[in-house]
Parts: sequence; structure tokens; C-alpha cells
Amino acid sequence: MARLFEYQGKELLKKAKVPIPEGGVATTPQEAGKMAEKVGKPVAIKSQIWAGGRGKAGGIQFAQNPEEAEKVAGKLLGSEIKSLTVEKVLVEEKLDIDREFYAGIIIDASREVRAPVVMFSTEGGVDIEEVPSEKIAQMNVDVLRGLRFYDALNLAITLKVPTQLLPAIAQAILGLYATFKGYNCRTAEINPLVLTKDGKIFAADCRMSIDDSSVFRHPELGIDVAREASTPPTELDNIAWQIEEGDLRGTCYIAQMIPEIKEPGVVGYHGIGGGGAILGVDALNRQGLKIADYADTSGNPTAAKVYRAVKVILSQAGIEGYMLGGFIVANQEQWHHAHGVVKALREDLMDKPGFPVVLLLCGNKEKESLEILREGTKDLPARVEIYGSDRVYETEFLAKRMKTLIEEYRKERGVKEG
Amino acid sequence: MAILLEKETKVLVQGITGREGSARAAFMKGYGTKVVAGVTPGRGGEEVAGTPVYNTVEEAVSAQGPIDASVTFVPGPALKGAVLEAMDSGIPFIVMPVERVPLYDILEMMAYAKLKGTRLLGPGAIGIISPGIAAAGWLGGTPEFAKRVFVPGPVGVISRSGGQSGTVPWTIKEAGMGVSTVVHIGTEPVVGQSMGDILPLFQEDKDTKAVAVFGEIGGPYEEEAASAVREKRFTKPLVVYVAGAWAPEGMRFSHASSIIERGRGSAKDKIRSLKEAGVHVVDRPDEIAPTIKRLIKA
Repeated sequence: MARLFEYQGKELLKKAKVPIPEGGVATTPQEAGKMAEKVGKPVAIKSQIWAGGRGKAGGIQFAQNPEEAEKVAGKLLGSEIKSLTVEKVLVEEKLDIDREFYAGIIIDASREVRAPVVMFSTEGGVDIEEVPSEKIAQMNVDVLRGLRFYDALNLAITLKVPTQLLPAIAQAILGLYATFKGYNCRTAEINPLVLTKDGKIFAADCRMSIDDSSVFRHPELGIDVAREASTPPTELDNIAWQIEEGDLRGTCYIAQMIPEIKEPGVVGYHGIGGGGAILGVDALNRQGLKIADYADTSGNPTAAKVYRAVKVILSQAGIEGYMLGGFIVANQEQWHHAHGVVKALREDLMDKPGFPVVLLLCGNKEKESLEILREGTKDLPARVEIYGSDRVYETEFLAKRMKTLIEEYRKERGVKEG
Repeated sequence: MAILLEKETKVLVQGITGREGSARAAFMKGYGTKVVAGVTPGRGGEEVAGTPVYNTVEEAVSAQGPIDASVTFVPGPALKGAVLEAMDSGIPFIVMPVERVPLYDILEMMAYAKLKGTRLLGPGAIGIISPGIAAAGWLGGTPEFAKRVFVPGPVGVISRSGGQSGTVPWTIKEAGMGVSTVVHIGTEPVVGQSMGDILPLFQEDKDTKAVAVFGEIGGPYEEEAASAVREKRFTKPLVVYVAGAWAPEGMRFSHASSIIERGRGSAKDKIRSLKEAGVHVVDRPDEIAPTIKRLIKA
């Protein structure tokens, strides 16, 4: 995943000479105890999860000695915080905080900028979006020129940072920028950048995400699924990613939206092409249906790739239907999609009488492709409806058809089960 | 008339000997585009689709005279080198149908383009097409398919999605109209041409009577369309659909640019900003063509 955990980000910052608290990561209580012993001071034990507001949710705790550290880590490891399981904790020196600053870099895609923006604030420790703009100093970086030491000094000076702190703060900003550039980050933040009571500057927490398309340049980061998401990849995501990694012809993008389906009205979703895939989901949502996964096969994938994608989608327990949302008049020959879909449906739906299936496929070689779909599904016991380009933008109609088929399917099963 | 591409626009294809490059060079030529040269280092002297191949852009320009536009068919990690080369040879317009480009490479290209005054379309832009005039990129696919989907007419189209760049014109055709130029702005996290850059070009084009936009979550593009309208850089009828009303924050949907980040880029915010500027925002994609039709008649 392109997002890094705090401990990973801190390791990168350390390389760029940004001071970080002494400590390290632990996956067992024993390791946490040993780490606390190595630090030799009271420690903070921080759950390594992708969520803001960890502290308030109980994900950050403190320990006075190694024994206590082991005990606290034992409680945190394996627990759920903000519905994420804690698999690692960062054990590090507890800082004696005097002030909290903020340093961050984002990419601004707006037409006036199209460049990285370095931000510094004297109001650290809170979400930067909540800080009033007069407390934030920022600079658009000309990447051909780079960020210079005096740029960083000037940012801090704008907010009246005391002179004696300027060099250390500027050094931290420069180190953050070096990391951002060196590791091709999409965002990088140190929040808070802490001033301790004994006058030292430390990166107390950090958040970084690596640009998906640059992950290949950094095998040392061990990122398995180079894809922006708010949660770590599920088992299904990892399986789906292997489809993509092993076959570069066309793209197959699958993200599981509901890892465990506990309610009715959830559909296995398969779009074709980014924009079209999204608008199909909008329509399903308006009909009160949810998608178990967001899948998109496009860029002229092979039938084999499409087949594997459909198999993954249909493997989700609890889905009440499958929708091929080809809301696109594609210039690729659509028979590859048709063959792939048919093979998977034939394998998986023979023993699912009445299972709702809505197929929309439009574009080049449409007539032939729809014929493949019709021929291939005509003896399936499932409820299959097939549509072409005269319905390409009729998202509401198709979502309603999906809903109706699901209602029929439920009624039928209800009758049988009763 | 159309924007950005004219009958006489001299086009170069970088990476012309590759699988995509050769197929698309043949498509562009077949569609009527004036493809004058191709470049692949080490393959100078060959010919692809009846087009001479040179080793460098400089060589191509020396042989063919100034070139107006380049289309790059190179892998993402190699794009920066190709684009800097084209800019250094004075090519003013570069179409980049390339995805998965390292972000820092994109930023360097953008900074250099600013310096040189180059217009960059993309990266991740499948192309641009002006029906009956020319095409650059692979929007259209084959001459036959392109002729079937894109018919000439008064509607400009801007899309965030490659596939929808063909689908919107299809529905416009089904509604009995045609398109002037279709521009896919690209799917990468930062692109060189925003709706805010393209709309003023449609404003200047006397044959474009209205513009249809297929928008998406993420990025500043729809907001920049709203600004163009607010600041009167675009005053013709504008119809926008924004896909992704349901999308949660922090997850990327197919396109690298389709992600709601730091609370910004939601469909709701984009729709509000467009509506405040007086833009016709439609709730469903099948309302785009009928709304355009109504506004053109009015």
C-alpha cells in the first residue's frame, strides 16, 4: 500500500537527518519490553494504524519501565482501534513537550500552481485543516530550483518563530522535503514537530504516502499493493492485485468496499473504464443498493484477465447480484469482455438458480459481443438481463432493473426457504 | 473550426515504432491527421505507417521544419525524457496518452512547460479529436469506429474519463447533434490542461455553441470550470455531470486523480461550486445530451 506507517516514515526522516525520538517498532509484547529497556527512559507506545485521532481512541499509551511497556503493548497488540487491528506498536522515548509545530508538503494540482507546496505552522498537534490560514506559512516550490535552507528559515520567520529555534526547524523542513522528493511522496507531514522542554526539535509523528506510480522505484519500502486507499488491503484486494501484477494487458482494478457482508442489498460490481464505472455506482446507490467491491477492467484487457476479475467478484459471500456496468462506448473490441464474463458466469452460477445478473456492454464489436453474452448465458438458471449502447447512459433504468431482480430473487428464496 | 488541432497541424509521434505508437500513428493518419514524423532512438531511417522515423526530435525538426504538436507513446517512467526533449525542440503542444507516470516526473515537466510556454495535455490523456479534421492520441481507436462515434457539430466536450470521451459524443450524436472538439484532460494526479484552460479555447471557437463536461470526484478541475464561468472567460452554455456522488474519502477510483483528499474534491462540493457560478449541472449522465440540445435551441 502506498501509505506508510508512522514508524516507516520516521525511518525515512531519520535518513534525512530529521531528529526522531529514540525507539523502534515491536510486534510482540516481549519485543516492546526489550525496546523500552534499550531506550532506558519512560516510553510512549503507539499503535501503528492508518487513522487520525489514535490518541483519543486509546491507541497511544505510556509506560514508565520495560515491564509496564510489555504489559501495555500486550493490551494494544491485537486490539481494535477505530475498527483497525493493531499489528505493530512503535515504542519510543516519551517526549517532554514544550511546543508543537507542523510541517507538511502536499501537491497542488490547481492550474496556477501544479507544484509541491510546503507548509509550516506554529499550531501543531491538530489537524492542519482546522488551523486558521494566518497561522500557516506556505510556499510553492519550483521543482527545477528546489527548496533551499533560507526558504525554510523564511517560512518559520513569517510566523515569528524565536531566532534560536530557526536553524533546527528549517533543517527539519528541509529534511522533510528531501524525503518527499527522494521517496516520491504524494503527501508528507510531520505533525507535531515538537520542541522539548530542553530545547530540542523532534518529529514526534508523521504521515506519508508514496505516489502509486513511483512505488516501483522504491522496492526497499516493501509496498505490496501500490494503490491509494484509506485502509490496508484485504485478502481479496491482495488476490485481485495479483491478477494485475501478473498480466499487464489492460488494467484490472478491484477494491473491496465491504469485507464482510452482513446486510442485504449488496451487489458484486464490475465497471468498465474509470468514469463509467463510477457513474454506475452512483445509480445503484440512489436505488439503495451497495457495492461489495469496486472493480474496473479497462484499457483493452484480455478475456483471461476479465475472467479472473469476475471470479474474484463472484467469490464474495453474501452478494445478491452481479452487475457488469459497461457505461462506455468503448473503442476496444468488447468481445474480450464478453468471453471472460461468460466463462466465469458459467462456472459460478450453474448452482445459483435465480441469481440476479445485469450485463451492459457497449462499443466496438458490440453486436457480436452481446451475442456472445446471450448465447453463453441462455441455459444458465440465473436471472440474466443483457443491454447494449441504446442504454449506455440509462444508469437509473439499469440500477432499477438490478433492484427489481434482487427483489424477485429474495421473494423466490423466501418462498422456498419457508 | 475546432480547437487545438487543425487540418494543417504538423504532428510528431514519439515512440512510433512501439506497439501502441505504430498502431495509433496509423489511426491518426487514417483519420486525416498530418503526421509528419516519428521518433525512436536507434531506429532512425525506418518508416512506420508511411511516416519517416528519426532518432531524436531535433533530427525530425531539422528534416521536417517546425512541428506543431507531439503525441507521446512511451512508458510512464520514460515520459519525462521524451517530453523534455520535445519541449527543447520547440514543440508547443504535447499530448501524453500515458498513465502511471511518476509524480515527481510530472511536476518537473509542468515546471519546465511553464518556463517554455508549452501546452501539455495529460499525462493520462487518451487524446483529442476534432471530427472530420484530425485526431491526436488514441481517442477514436480506428478510423471506422471514430467516424461512427464522433460526428461534426456545435458541441465542445471535455472529459475527465477516457472512455466517457467517446460516450458523451455518442449520446450527443444519438440526440441528433455533433461535436466540435473532444478533449480528454487526463487521469494523472497533476495534468497540464484543466477545464479552466480548455474552456476559454472553446469560447474563442466560433463553431462551438455549447460545452458538455464529464466531471469526476477529486482534483480542482470542476471548480476551475466554475471559476472560468464566474470570471467570464467562458460565457456559452455549459452542462456538467459529476460522477462519484457516493464515493468515500481517501480511496482512489481507477484514475489516479479520482480521489477525495483532505476533505476536498467531493462531488457535492464541485456541484455546489458549479451551480453557484450558474452552470447547468445534471444529476444523471443521460440528461447531458438533452440539456445541451435545449440550451443550443434557446
